[in-house]
Amino acid sequence: MMAELKYPEDLKYAESDEWVRIQGDVATVGLSDYAQDALNDIVYLELKEVGTAIAAGESFGEVESVKAASDVILPIGGEIIEVNTALEDEPEIINSDPYGEGWLVKVRVTDDSPLADLMDAGAYKAYNETR
Amino acid sequence: MGYIPHTEVERQQMLAAIGVTTIEDLFEAVPASHRFPKLDLPGPLSEMEVASEMQALAEANEHAGDFAMFRGAGAYHHFVPAAVNHILLRGEFYTAYTPYQPELSQGTLQATYEYQSMMCALTGMDAANASHYDGATSLAEAVTVAVQVGRSKRNKIILSHAIHPQYREVVRTYHQGRGLEIVGDEATASLEELSELIDSDTAMIAVSYPNFFGQIEDFAKIVEVAHEKGALVVFVANPLMLALFKSPGELGADIVVGEAQPLGVPLSYGGPYLGYFATRTAYVRKIAGRIIGETVDADGKKAYVMTLRPREQDIRREKASSNICTNQGLMALAASVYLALMGRNGLRKVAQLSYHKAHYAADQIDKIDGYKVWRSKPFFNEFVVKCLKPVSEINNALIAEGIIGGYDLGQDYPHLKDHMLLCVTEMNAKAEIDALVDILKGLA
Repeated sequence: MMAELKYPEDLKYAESDEWVRIQGDVATVGLSDYAQDALNDIVYLELKEVGTAIAAGESFGEVESVKAASDVILPIGGEIIEVNTALEDEPEIINSDPYGEGWLVKVRVTDDSPLADLMDAGAYKAYNETR
Repeated sequence: MGYIPHTEVERQQMLAAIGVTTIEDLFEAVPASHRFPKLDLPGPLSEMEVASEMQALAEANEHAGDFAMFRGAGAYHHFVPAAVNHILLRGEFYTAYTPYQPELSQGTLQATYEYQSMMCALTGMDAANASHYDGATSLAEAVTVAVQVGRSKRNKIILSHAIHPQYREVVRTYHQGRGLEIVGDEATASLEELSELIDSDTAMIAVSYPNFFGQIEDFAKIVEVAHEKGALVVFVANPLMLALFKSPGELGADIVVGEAQPLGVPLSYGGPYLGYFATRTAYVRKIAGRIIGETVDADGKKAYVMTLRPREQDIRREKASSNICTNQGLMALAASVYLALMGRNGLRKVAQLSYHKAHYAADQIDKIDGYKVWRSKPFFNEFVVKCLKPVSEINNALIAEGIIGGYDLGQDYPHLKDHMLLCVTEMNAKAEIDALVDILKGLA
């Protein structure tokens, strides 16, 4: 029996399955529980470097699983100030702890206007149930 | 049954769906005069007549076996055991398509896995892909990988002038218009001088092992400098030599590429050949082509599968880093069979025979007044001879005696006018070498 997918209430979610946690002008971004579950075992990821400025809706890297490779999209605009280097050797942390140790990047937000279009936990859960 | 499964009704439905009435409408963009041009072909022939015609054409050619062969320069005349061709021509291998379905393709997958494993053992690398068209293509693909590893921020590619001239040309053709700065081979810079070109903008440096002149250079310094500056080191290596000399992996290479034609592939007029490509694990996700892995099936039995195809067009077109999504599977199989037949000791023996015979020839030629052999560096099975006469003149005299002489280095290196690159392999009997020496003596 699969464990129930988690939808933390304090996060915002994008249709492309990234989550965002805003703290001041810094956003932490990761992949949702739904996404890691759909991808299956994540074996590799490559993220853009610290200092890269990325517009909302653009790719900030890619994750590769045993099933597929896909881009990860930044839901808001900003500059990468930190990447989770622990994932380089252990990308499977994304599978085991997507909302905690498995975070991908921290971004200094320069464009938060897309935040309004992101879903809350309830809406994202409902969205996934229709997919 | 026909091979086109669509009925006339289905064809009409499809045409209607895209809004045309006939198949011809689809070709409207092609001018009518070009659609069915008259082909100037002779009349039809029976199989027997075709066979006889082909035989006559084939017999009009001279082939390597008719001559004593002393030319290498990128294509080498080695012995190919009969078993290689017998295995290649088995229908299961000869007509196999890309092995996407492991349950149907265990034989092809295992053969590729063995090839990759043996190329790794020879080069001292961790992974090898299933091959490219030829050595030149492999070097061009190494440039692609190096640029990717440098995240497209490093644009300088340094090539030693002692890499095969045609390989360097292919690199330039392949990467034209990408804004890369391909330097280092304009003149005759030594490795020492090349090390000074390496900077923080350098994606890679490529050297040749042995170099185009047959020589074995000392790479310690250039490897150290390249790695200090964060550039990749690419070796273009003759895989046969690796049976005898230190592997590029031991010498600090990050990527090893080259022409594996010496391993069981005949000269056959320049192709099909076999570009091999091997690298360290760190770069394996940047390479073109595919890696075959060994695993177990649901019943725990050994099985082979395509493990990694990170940059192939069918995975994600926009992320593909090579337009070439095919390989030289049959030639890779030839190399597998050859290497398996030879074994570690047999391969070493072939390399030793080539080495010793080449050195015998060099010693004899060096003794003749009017010829000077390059001896400042160790060499494998090719060496440079400075002659008093144009190389073409010498070769004309040799061919009249049934000997194919050396490669005229003046064609590619203006400062090497009247320099000949000679190659000796296990195929050259002592009597052949002595005959070559006698004729050269007579010409001096």
